Amino acid sequence: MEEVRLIEIKEEIHSDNTVKAKQLRDSLSKNKTFLLNLMSSPGAGKTTTILKTLEIIGDKLRSSVIEADIDSMVDAEKIAAKGIHAVQLRTGGFCHLDASMVEKGLEGMNLKDFDLVIIENVGNLVCPAEFDTGAIKNVMILSVPEGDDKPLKYPLMFTVCDVLLVNKIDYLSLSDFDIDAMKERVLNLNPKIRIFEISSKTGEGVQAWADWLTNEVKQFTAQ
Amino acid sequence: MHELQVTESILNIALKHAPADKVKKIVAIHLNIGELSDLENEWIQQYFDYLSKNTLAEGAKLVIERIPIRLKCDSCQNEFEIKRDEIKNIKCRQCGNKKCSLIAGRDYFIKNMEVI
Repeated sequence: MEEVRLIEIKEEIHSDNTVKAKQLRDSLSKNKTFLLNLMSSPGAGKTTTILKTLEIIGDKLRSSVIEADIDSMVDAEKIAAKGIHAVQLRTGGFCHLDASMVEKGLEGMNLKDFDLVIIENVGNLVCPAEFDTGAIKNVMILSVPEGDDKPLKYPLMFTVCDVLLVNKIDYLSLSDFDIDAMKERVLNLNPKIRIFEISSKTGEGVQAWADWLTNEVKQFTAQ
Repeated sequence: MHELQVTESILNIALKHAPADKVKKIVAIHLNIGELSDLENEWIQQYFDYLSKNTLAEGAKLVIERIPIRLKCDSCQNEFEIKRDEIKNIKCRQCGNKKCSLIAGRDYFIKNMEVI
């Protein structure tokens, strides 16, 4: 019988991605480009929120959008139709984006030409939470029709985000969504998270979020 | 859902630490995975069995130790562990404060491996 030996490894499973994400962040800092990773479940309103937000920001920032989709160009076409620079990234079945996929999306553009790049991640509250994309800030959307129990079901997503956008608040009166209970659950998981209540359809609340984002980008690019 | 990619990373890291002239076979790989992760043990093993065919790691058993969710109270600095289903009602065990920060539970770590 051969002797079994133990080899110490002590390595992060995602170490390759973590290294790549750090390199990406360094390059973004050098080029003064603020990368925002936007995550949510499918149908929470990522594309609509991006459009409304960039409409308000207007020419205060030079913006671009990277659209990640499993296999379609629908979202990128919607963004480009509004005259906004958009890159489509087909994930080919992948349920999330990682740093090397984001790097590929950024390859085609000159970072110096953009102050803000928004990544629209794959619609999914599970996998994208596990992978560092190299973004400067992580933002998620939870929409009212999804229910106030989502922080209990997908806790990791709520712990990795800097900002929570509660979208479709125009549906609040039609639903039993308890916004105070939801906020308490989220703040329990992540006391530092910023919460904005918005409706990307009516525009309610989007100004405050867009102002916050503009300010963050300006601070970042002024460094 | 992304178990396949995670499993591929585990395999690559294990093989990197197993020089062919010193290791005949990888018998087991010990992993620390946080309770907050949604990875399913059973699926990781199935994918691993598939991906590791014809490598030194073929037939290796993945031994997964789940790392408990650990919080630190923002007020009294007390550190304590909670179960995943206690997440809906986080409260410091010492002072009752509700504002606590996560300090462990998101781990994704390969500890060591058994080889012959």
